[in-house]
Amino acid sequence: MLSSSTSSDPADEETVMKDRYANRKYFIMALVVIAAIILITRLFYIQIIDKTYRVSAANNALRPVTQYPARGLIYDRNGELIVYNQAAYDLLVIPVQTSAFDTARFNQILGITDEDFRSRMRTAMSYSRRAPSVFMKMISSETYALLQEELYRFPGFYVQSRTLRKYTRPVASHLLGYVGEVDNKLITRDRYYRSGDYIGISGIEKSYEEQLRGRKGVTIFLVDVHNNIKGSYADGRYDTVAVPGANLKSTIDLNLQEFGEKLMHNKTGSIVAIEPATGEILALVSSPSYDPGLLVGRVRSENFSMLQADTIKPLFDRALMASYPPGSTFKIMNGLIGLQEGVIAPSSLFSCSMGYHAGSLTVGCHSHRSPLNLIEAVSQSCNSWFCNAFRNILENKEYGSLQDAFDQWREYLVAFGFGNKLGIDLPNELAGNIPTRSYYDRYYGKDRWKALTVISLAIGQGEIGATPLQMANMAAVIANRGSFFIPHVVKQIGNDGSPSPLYLQKYITGISPENFEPVIEGMEGAVNGGPGSTARGARLDSIIICGKTGTAQNPHGKDHSIFVAFAPKDNPQIAIAVYVENAGFGSTFAAPIASLLIEEYLTGEIKRKYLEDYVLKMVIKPDAKE
Amino acid sequence: MQKNSNILGRLDWVTVMLWLVMMVMGWLNIYAAVYNEQHTSIFDLSQRYGKQLLFIIAALVLAVLVMVTDNKFWFFFAWFIYGFSLLLLLLVLIIGKEINGARAWFELGSFSLQPSEFGKFATGLALASFLNSQRDASGFRVMASATAIIIAPVLLIALQPDMGSVITYFAFFIVLYREGMSIYVFISAVLAVVLFLLTLILGVVPVATGLIVLAIIVLAATSGTSLTFRAAGVMAATGGVAFIVGRYLLDLDTAGIILAAVVMAGVVYLWFIYRMKLNMPAVIYAFLISGILYLFTVDYAFHNILQPHQETRINIMLGLEADPYGEGYNLNQSLISIGSGGFSGKGYLNGTQTKFKFVPAQSTDFIFCTVGEEWGFVGSVVVTGLFVWLLLRLLMMAERQRTTFIRAYGYGVFGLFLVHFFVNIGMTIGVMPVIGIPLPFFSYGGSSLWGFTLLLFVFLRLDAGRSEYLG
Repeated sequence: MLSSSTSSDPADEETVMKDRYANRKYFIMALVVIAAIILITRLFYIQIIDKTYRVSAANNALRPVTQYPARGLIYDRNGELIVYNQAAYDLLVIPVQTSAFDTARFNQILGITDEDFRSRMRTAMSYSRRAPSVFMKMISSETYALLQEELYRFPGFYVQSRTLRKYTRPVASHLLGYVGEVDNKLITRDRYYRSGDYIGISGIEKSYEEQLRGRKGVTIFLVDVHNNIKGSYADGRYDTVAVPGANLKSTIDLNLQEFGEKLMHNKTGSIVAIEPATGEILALVSSPSYDPGLLVGRVRSENFSMLQADTIKPLFDRALMASYPPGSTFKIMNGLIGLQEGVIAPSSLFSCSMGYHAGSLTVGCHSHRSPLNLIEAVSQSCNSWFCNAFRNILENKEYGSLQDAFDQWREYLVAFGFGNKLGIDLPNELAGNIPTRSYYDRYYGKDRWKALTVISLAIGQGEIGATPLQMANMAAVIANRGSFFIPHVVKQIGNDGSPSPLYLQKYITGISPENFEPVIEGMEGAVNGGPGSTARGARLDSIIICGKTGTAQNPHGKDHSIFVAFAPKDNPQIAIAVYVENAGFGSTFAAPIASLLIEEYLTGEIKRKYLEDYVLKMVIKPDAKE
Repeated sequence: MQKNSNILGRLDWVTVMLWLVMMVMGWLNIYAAVYNEQHTSIFDLSQRYGKQLLFIIAALVLAVLVMVTDNKFWFFFAWFIYGFSLLLLLLVLIIGKEINGARAWFELGSFSLQPSEFGKFATGLALASFLNSQRDASGFRVMASATAIIIAPVLLIALQPDMGSVITYFAFFIVLYREGMSIYVFISAVLAVVLFLLTLILGVVPVATGLIVLAIIVLAATSGTSLTFRAAGVMAATGGVAFIVGRYLLDLDTAGIILAAVVMAGVVYLWFIYRMKLNMPAVIYAFLISGILYLFTVDYAFHNILQPHQETRINIMLGLEADPYGEGYNLNQSLISIGSGGFSGKGYLNGTQTKFKFVPAQSTDFIFCTVGEEWGFVGSVVVTGLFVWLLLRLLMMAERQRTTFIRAYGYGVFGLFLVHFFVNIGMTIGVMPVIGIPLPFFSYGGSSLWGFTLLLFVFLRLDAGRSEYLG
């Protein structure tokens, strides 16, 4: 068929045309010759002229031995050690060098069975008979001591030392994170790691992996065919020295952290405490928790599966990864924004008759005196007052439309760190959610929603979500009267270093300092005020605490109790957010916990033993429906 | 039967012989590379050498199957095969198995297949079929279409990502060159490579300066002295002003200043040319400016687009960086094993470097290490010689065709073998960066062996039946 289709063309013309480039074959031929000449010249050079590649006549080979640096230590803010290293030993074997020996004694020392021994030996041999491979990982120092004495009786085996993480107290597991063997996926991506290396997998161990790990070194030895070391290769020219990892000074107050975890025992929830002046996190508690020592060494994978299967989810870091509607604590934000926009004043009075009523819509409230001003509305947490205030914010005539006013409202929240990741130096932080204009446009139609459609935002309910970290940061902003530093958990990298420059930059929220005063008065009143104040359970005689309760609606079960606070009122030292899940109203449970932590941090002791006992005895089971 | 025996009579037996010899040599070297005292039988199917024997037998069957197909089959089904290979390349991105960070393999039971190997064959056929329908490859439109045929599988392979295979597809430009591709395309490509390497070794500034000097020399040679002086004067004056402004007033970095100065000088200079109604200086200047822009692109691409390990591999090859335990580990070990082979080698099965697992991928991409270590310079030259023989044979066969289809296909086969041969052996001895592509017929692995066998035997079949195609 082809012949019939081309035969219509005159064959000779075709031939003439194709031959136009025929002489190009000579150049292509030359390419082959050039390629061969390049290769053969180079082969001649490395195989015959250059003697350095012929390492020696005795068939020597190179054996790179990795020098593992010690991982950096982690201290708390007062210089108390939290995480350190303990030597551990890997037992290696070179199968060809083994000869008959007393396996019974050997197995007895290691505590393994005969069958176990054979299977490990098979694994090693299938890897390589001549190269060393790990026979048993992380043997304890006791076993090592026993083994070392008799090692000469077991030819072909030798021990390489590694380090394991140890913890001074069984606390702060979410914060510190853990270390484990690097997975194969990462090895192909990051050339630093080789199979069997350790890497930080969560917490500080992960986010500061590069500082903590230091740099591996390598010593290259010459070995003969029997794998005996003959000396160093090229006089150590290619060896590199291991650089130990940098020590970190955490911002955590270990005593406060431990106390917080103790108070949260038998409860589900979290605590975030921040030093307002610096953004340094003083305590970061997520309950239920686990002993960080569980995730170290040979027992790690076993324990990890156990923790992962646990229904109370101890591995889940609620402080950073749980997003709740902030509830009444969010009224503070609407108060501040209203003041800044000039749509309310501290003296504005709004009435409340058991709630806010507009047409068919009712937002309920508890019974209290009416009308209230701003300060009273904050301390008594009046829903109606803030529904009015929120409506004023959105229906502000300064803006072209309600939607534009909404955008402005959202901008203030974003400036406070809501709706985005704050950028804490820990992995897996959640962004939370502040709904956008386009979200409502999609839901209700473009610009077809009004203040009443979204009125639940006035009292921190609805589509809004914030993490405990973001709420603690809000408390810090209020304590600072309008500014903050990004919360962080490491204050010093290296023995006299500083934190990442990210955490030295001050953020301004756009709310003027004077607008904070009435809100702070209200928060003071909530804790220290008279009848109707919502958080009197948090009151401390010696120090003025300013706080706000909240209840996060929980569609799956009993509501969550929230309390945000800072203290003292003037020159605040600590800002805190406490969440207790399924505990109901904020005042009953979260407020006393926050109060105790503030007392502990500011005075160094707990005078109110009765309150401590009350909290310690409190058991709140996670709601079954969840 | 008459026809079949006819085919056997016209089959190029020299090539078949070379193919058999290479496969057996490859097999023996794989045996040496993974030699294991516990499994001394070369037929042990649990070991790579046993498996490779199965692959070789399958390759023989494949060769016979290709020989009994009708030789028009490949012509008429070229596009179908090409489409099918694109489909496979697409599928592998979805359901392929990820090995070493690349999703390049189909897993079928205990075997894995690499569709990019089949893609080379399919692309060769499609390109040949396309060129057969064109007068030659000198026109821009033909070049663009041909490039599209080559680039389609390349893009899919780049997504895997398998940069080694991507590079091999450049072999098809040899086909285009033979079929009439503009010589300037070729010169530009060579210049691009030279400038790339020079930029990496010397940096942007010296190479840019060199280009400027070169442009002035060419200008002088083509446009007469007086004009050159005037033109160079105009350029230097404007460029100098721009340089001073950039350096002292705007505080730019050196590379940025040179770029700005050259561009500003160029604007004035082009105006000068326009006034003088001159042609050649404009062309020279266009070359200069695109050359300098290219330098900046290279610099940017090298540091921002290539992955760090690829960057390091190129630096090691250029001798700019030594990293014998990190990225340079493979090359260093490879050099030691080949270098230690000496003139006559350590003898079969007596190599030490390859057996200690010091050389990675010793039976696949680095199989030449075993050749170099155990057979020495003599063995290396013999293997190189076999490849040169095969390549020249393929070239001769391609040139005796009367149809563009078979010739273009033959050149495709030739080009692929040339690139694999040079890049693979080159990387083991440090004249090429470490690029993971196999050595045809030597490296362990079914996909590559069958891919190369298919490539070769379809060409042999077409060659044997070439009289049935009228020129």
